[in-house]
Amino acid sequence: MRNIVPVLTVVAAIFAIWYAAAVALNAPWAYNKAERAGVSLTTSELISDTWSQQKPKLPAPHQVGAELWNTTGEMVAKGRGFSKRSLIYHSWVTFSATGLGFLLGTALGIALAIGIVYNRTMDMSVMPWVIASQTIPILAIAPMIIVVLNAVGISGLLPKAMISMYLSFFPVVVGMVKGLRSPGPMQLDQMRTWNATPTQTFWKLRLPSSMPYLFTSLKIGMAASLVGAIVGELPTGAVAGLGARLLAGSYYGQTIQIWSALIMAATLAACLVGLIGLVQRIVLKRMGMA
Amino acid sequence: MTTNTVISANDLSLTFETNDGPVHALKGVSLNIEKGDFVSFIGPSGCGKTTFLRCMADLEHPTGGTITVNGVSPQEARRARAYGYVFQAAGLYPWRSIGGNIRLPLEIMGYSKAEQDRRIKDVLALVDLAGFEQKFPWQLSGGMQQRASIARALAFDADLLLMDEPFGALDEIVRDHLNEQLLQLWDSTHKTICFVTHSIPEAVYLSTKIVVMSPRPGRITDVIESPLPHERPLDIRDTPEFIEISHRVRDGLRAGHGDDV
Repeated sequence: MRNIVPVLTVVAAIFAIWYAAAVALNAPWAYNKAERAGVSLTTSELISDTWSQQKPKLPAPHQVGAELWNTTGEMVAKGRGFSKRSLIYHSWVTFSATGLGFLLGTALGIALAIGIVYNRTMDMSVMPWVIASQTIPILAIAPMIIVVLNAVGISGLLPKAMISMYLSFFPVVVGMVKGLRSPGPMQLDQMRTWNATPTQTFWKLRLPSSMPYLFTSLKIGMAASLVGAIVGELPTGAVAGLGARLLAGSYYGQTIQIWSALIMAATLAACLVGLIGLVQRIVLKRMGMA
Repeated sequence: MTTNTVISANDLSLTFETNDGPVHALKGVSLNIEKGDFVSFIGPSGCGKTTFLRCMADLEHPTGGTITVNGVSPQEARRARAYGYVFQAAGLYPWRSIGGNIRLPLEIMGYSKAEQDRRIKDVLALVDLAGFEQKFPWQLSGGMQQRASIARALAFDADLLLMDEPFGALDEIVRDHLNEQLLQLWDSTHKTICFVTHSIPEAVYLSTKIVVMSPRPGRITDVIESPLPHERPLDIRDTPEFIEISHRVRDGLRAGHGDDV
């Protein structure tokens, strides 16, 4: 509870800056309107106008909050929580691609890491490619993945999940290579004195030792997955998902819609990463490694 | 070499190639260790005592000479799980309970579940840790952790116990206590023990045979057969015999150092 005062102070500061910036950024449009109507604005009129425009350059927090409520809680109250106008629906679409991509990416990452640790050829050759893969801007390669997969008849969830996977496998590879190599020479010698097979060494020593590294990687991987899923939704023609909301919002200048989708994405990311953090705490505590 | 010889090293050498030229970790080391011996290896760092122990365990490969363990090569002996090795650090897995840690080599070696349980109980009693099976390593003191690691090395009934400065990181009171317990354990199990240390009292107190080594190149300078009786209470360290052997060890160490000290 001692944390609550500093946290609230920071939140209050963010809101203050946000409201002030809204006034500054939206003022030209307010002045412009006033000039055309032939009236002059008092300060309070100016502020109330900049905080309630239809298509503001920067919507005020309460506008975003209202939009969020209209597209989530209120729709649930009306029993239409899963309609296409609901952010819950769009979040679900994005989440399913994120989740699938995250699982695929984690599996791929762990598999590559095992290969790198156990196979000398892979050790010497794979890492540069893994790093190179991450230097390609995801925005450039995402449409290609969608188009190519579409050409072979794969559409819907999987192409987006592939883009998620593309981003999320990287931290898992890097973390797991380090984690699987974390047992010291003494621990490996000890396994040798027992004449343990490589498989036994993997399951009983290397894999358990890598858990702290794995969870750290999973947190980064999850956030990257979400970015991947949102980017993957941009070139699909804005059908559904948070990415589609962002794109549609930018087509029609609906800044309030863009900001509420952004906040929703951030909330989703926070929840998912927090969930991994929770699992991490429980598992590592049980393993005596926390 | 008799049928009771456990370790037989003949003109053993090990040279590490480094950027600063070759390092002679061991040179011309010959030694026989009989069944039931308690042999201490003592010497300053760099004298090759740990390297020698690691050669016995097939963790290092000699570059010259021969060494046999139980009459076969160290590699065959390791594959036959002929020895238990205790490292300087307890090296218990934090995610396994004390029982689970002792179970680890037994799982690897494919003992049945019932047999694992029985052996865990037995060795925990042997190192005076009965009742600690469910505890986790962090709940135990350093001395207790090291005892658990000795139990782990005993669990699969190897006749040879290789110990690399197992009590080096512990304070003197704990160390005295563990030395006493180790002697009792050696007495009750009739194992052959090779024990690396850099403490003269520890070496003299424990051993039937003290091997004094010196560095550059790593070699044996003296082998002392201890005349001390089998029964050794802690206050044996104040007897004239004990002090005399300690003197001889110290002289051996000083001679080995030559003129570079």
